[in-house]
Amino acid sequence: MFGMEFYVDPSRCIGCQACLKACEECETHRGVSMINFDFVDRPETIATAAYVCWHCDNPTCAQVCPADAIKKYDDGIVGSSLKPRCIGCSNCVLACPFGIPKLIPEYEQMMKCDMCYDRTSVGKRPMCATVCPSQALAYVTPETIAATRREKPVNTFWFGEQKITTKVYMMAPAATDSVSIDVADYTWEGEHEVVPQAF
Amino acid sequence: MKWFRRPSSAPLWKDEFSVFTADERYVNRRQFTKFLTMTSFAMFAGNLWVLARSLVRRAPVYPAQPVAALGELPVGGSKTFFYPTSAEPCILVRTAAESYAAYSQKCTHLSCAVYYEKESNRLACPCHQGYFAVVDGAPIQGPPQRALPRVRLENKDGQLVATGMEGEQV
Repeated sequence: MFGMEFYVDPSRCIGCQACLKACEECETHRGVSMINFDFVDRPETIATAAYVCWHCDNPTCAQVCPADAIKKYDDGIVGSSLKPRCIGCSNCVLACPFGIPKLIPEYEQMMKCDMCYDRTSVGKRPMCATVCPSQALAYVTPETIAATRREKPVNTFWFGEQKITTKVYMMAPAATDSVSIDVADYTWEGEHEVVPQAF
Repeated sequence: MKWFRRPSSAPLWKDEFSVFTADERYVNRRQFTKFLTMTSFAMFAGNLWVLARSLVRRAPVYPAQPVAALGELPVGGSKTFFYPTSAEPCILVRTAAESYAAYSQKCTHLSCAVYYEKESNRLACPCHQGYFAVVDGAPIQGPPQRALPRVRLENKDGQLVATGMEGEQV
């Protein structure tokens, strides 16, 4: 939209959580943050990763929604669940390979990042991207990214056999064409391994 | 929005409630309301167009056309002619020695040709037994509701000349 794209670079995240606070400020979902924030390996490192919804070209969350509550709009944004329709069944929460949707129990409704649709649809930047001091969450033009980063923006992900292309880009090493995630290997706990806690 | 559904094995609900808003085929309340509003607006605009046309329409110009010589018809005689164009038949009646009347020959009911009925001194339409007065072309009996359009006649040097039409329905 307006020539801007969203770029996520977890290696730049400094863990300040400004994006969470900025997201909470938004008028459309005041007090509830839509940012997904992870401590990558808490016992071993202080590394953190903040990311937003990837806005898949063929969104799995919307495909599994039995109530037609999640829609992909013409400009590529996958919206949060529509309040009159969402029945709070958590299908999307379980189906999303990125683990983005969250069921908010108080509202009995799924809420997720809609890339600040009220802002981006009129040419403004999303709240998180405006406050991120290290630009781990960046909403800029492709030319700016090409000029300022060594990494390469990638929007193809493999989850086992499922190929997903997204609207949001992940900054990956320059030789990478796609990001493959072996979920089974990642979730294997080993004998004495401590499971990394998702925030 | 796609108006025609391509044949596919996907169930209908997947088309009607597509994940992509651009592909949704289910007509929702807002679209229907929009359709109603646009349709009534189009009708309003159409009425304005009709009004504008009727305001700027100029009176039609009729040619002068000689119909008959003054003494050509006997009293009670009639003669057909075409006026103002060759596709519009008219009838001229000599109602008295010094009195002539001419009307469009098309019955105002269903456009059958009327003829002069001398015995009852009226114009008769044979199709549905419609009758018109010779004096002013007003309907007397039968289905026609409107008077016959009258042809204006002038006497120019012993020649009856048609100069225009009155009461013509456009």
